[in-house]
Amino acid sequence: MSALLRHGRYVLGENPVTAVAFGLFVVLILLALVGPSLAPHDPLASDTARKLEPPSARYWFGTDQVGRDILSRVLVATRLDLAISLSAVTLSFVVGSVLGASAGFFGGWTDRIVTRVTDTIMAFPLFVLAMGIVAALGNTLANIVYATAIINLPFYARMARAEVNVRREAGFVEAARLSGNGSARILAVHVFPNCLPPMMVQASLNLGWAILNAAGLSFIGLGVRPPTPEWGIMVAEGAAFIVSGEWWIALFPGLALMLAVFCFNLLGDGLRDLIDPRRRT
Amino acid sequence: MALLRLAGRRLALAVPGLLGVIVVTFLLNRALPGDPAAFFAGPAATRQAIEEIRARLGLDKSVPEQFVYYVRDLARGDLGTSLTTGQPVLRDLATRLPASLELTLAGLTLAVTVALPLGVLSATRPGSWVDHLARVVTTAGVSLPIFFTGLLLVYVFYFLLGWAPAPLGRLDAFSTAPRQVTGFFVVDAVLAHDGALAWAALRQLALPAVTLGLFAMAPIARMTRASMLGVLGSEFIRTARAAGLAPRTVLVTYALRNALLPVITLLGMVFSFLLGANVLVEKVFAWPGVGSYALEALIASDYAPVQGFVLLMATLYVFLNLTIDIVYGLVDPRVRIEA
Repeated sequence: MSALLRHGRYVLGENPVTAVAFGLFVVLILLALVGPSLAPHDPLASDTARKLEPPSARYWFGTDQVGRDILSRVLVATRLDLAISLSAVTLSFVVGSVLGASAGFFGGWTDRIVTRVTDTIMAFPLFVLAMGIVAALGNTLANIVYATAIINLPFYARMARAEVNVRREAGFVEAARLSGNGSARILAVHVFPNCLPPMMVQASLNLGWAILNAAGLSFIGLGVRPPTPEWGIMVAEGAAFIVSGEWWIALFPGLALMLAVFCFNLLGDGLRDLIDPRRRT
Repeated sequence: MALLRLAGRRLALAVPGLLGVIVVTFLLNRALPGDPAAFFAGPAATRQAIEEIRARLGLDKSVPEQFVYYVRDLARGDLGTSLTTGQPVLRDLATRLPASLELTLAGLTLAVTVALPLGVLSATRPGSWVDHLARVVTTAGVSLPIFFTGLLLVYVFYFLLGWAPAPLGRLDAFSTAPRQVTGFFVVDAVLAHDGALAWAALRQLALPAVTLGLFAMAPIARMTRASMLGVLGSEFIRTARAAGLAPRTVLVTYALRNALLPVITLLGMVFSFLLGANVLVEKVFAWPGVGSYALEALIASDYAPVQGFVLLMATLYVFLNLTIDIVYGLVDPRVRIEA
């Protein structure tokens, strides 16, 4: 453990970008937790007398087409955006690892079915499949989470399958079997924990992508309903005003979105360097 | 000959993929919210009318039977009728597909022409300004939401600089579309010897294509760089250099050809992202392609066009992967020999 910490400190010192990304990550989590109480105005209160005001001392990020404070809306939206992507990634991580690990460990029919299912998902352009799923299941927030989870599933399932597969015949697995452990127990307690590090890297790289996907879906009008503050839908609301020069409505939520994705991508890269320095690109 | 055999085998491998796609779209079709028969009948329908529609749609049959009907309709090219346009979905999609393809291909071409040299240059000069530029482009490219990039470009190039036309579709209000040959306005206008029209179409195409290109550039440049770095460090390159081959020959004939293999594989993934990103870009630029068609339908709860769109995109993607496999065989002779 101390070796890992030392290695972690070395990586952070060696690569200050990862340290910055980690700092940004902490800020994002804090904003998600306390964002609503930091917001200077009510994110839903409209004031038509002060609509479309550019950024000022009173409204740092300006106001939108019905006079709502954009700064407050961007702050409050952090929680929802992170919640959607985190729950989608968690869902696909859990389901994907169970499916992939069983496929890699038991082989045979389980493997064939799981591989076929993941291949079928991958045969679709993923964002298009997400649109189709939301259209079929109904246009709700929960279905956005399910759709994002389904399109991410193959990445985790394939990775878990490959990682478990190379360890299936390892000596420690034989030893565990000889001491009388059942297959399920060996897989869950002995094999799977060893596959976790690369899976975690995948998850953190995936998180940025999940946020982009969810925001893309709400940008096209799926999932989140208009008065709710959410980055993707705020950019969509601002899109109509870009051509007439009111840039601040779309810019600030877009920047927040970009910053979050940027942070997760850098963090994922840093985490990969920490766990597997050979895969550095 | 070996290449033909390879193509045949890949085609056979694409069949299960296509089957999977059909099964999934069928399932999505059946998972429509609520009762599809009641939905198609409208709110004022009587119970009897709903039953009639149920029978006509084949919804009173068992699931396997319904699947057979679904496949039979697909084979006839019947994707249902759009409630919003009143036209068969297949015809709507066919008239709008060229617009989407023009945009996607323009974006992809742009991305490849910039990203490949960028990746090669940054791999041959690690630590130089080209390398840093490449890193900025690739990191920004994967972090920027594509609809946001599009809006930023519109703001800078239309509102501030006035260089680009208003983001309102494929042609401005004063031009009429050229006679359809390929369906790509720029190409058709050139074929019709109408330079002004070609220029007008190109101006409309520029911003959305750049938006898509920026997005696709990142993974291609990153992969080219990584793969070039790997190849340049290998022993056969050292041997080629030691044998006194010209640096250009070593770089292009020996290194690049080998480094391209993973990039070609990646192109399939990039295309998958592009087909999805297309929907977002079409919305930002009011581009009249299949993506915005599906979106309009989705907002109006008109599901047949959405299902048709998903099926069309997936089919396109399956065939695209097939093409990529064959191109791979062209570039890498080893694949041909194995086949």
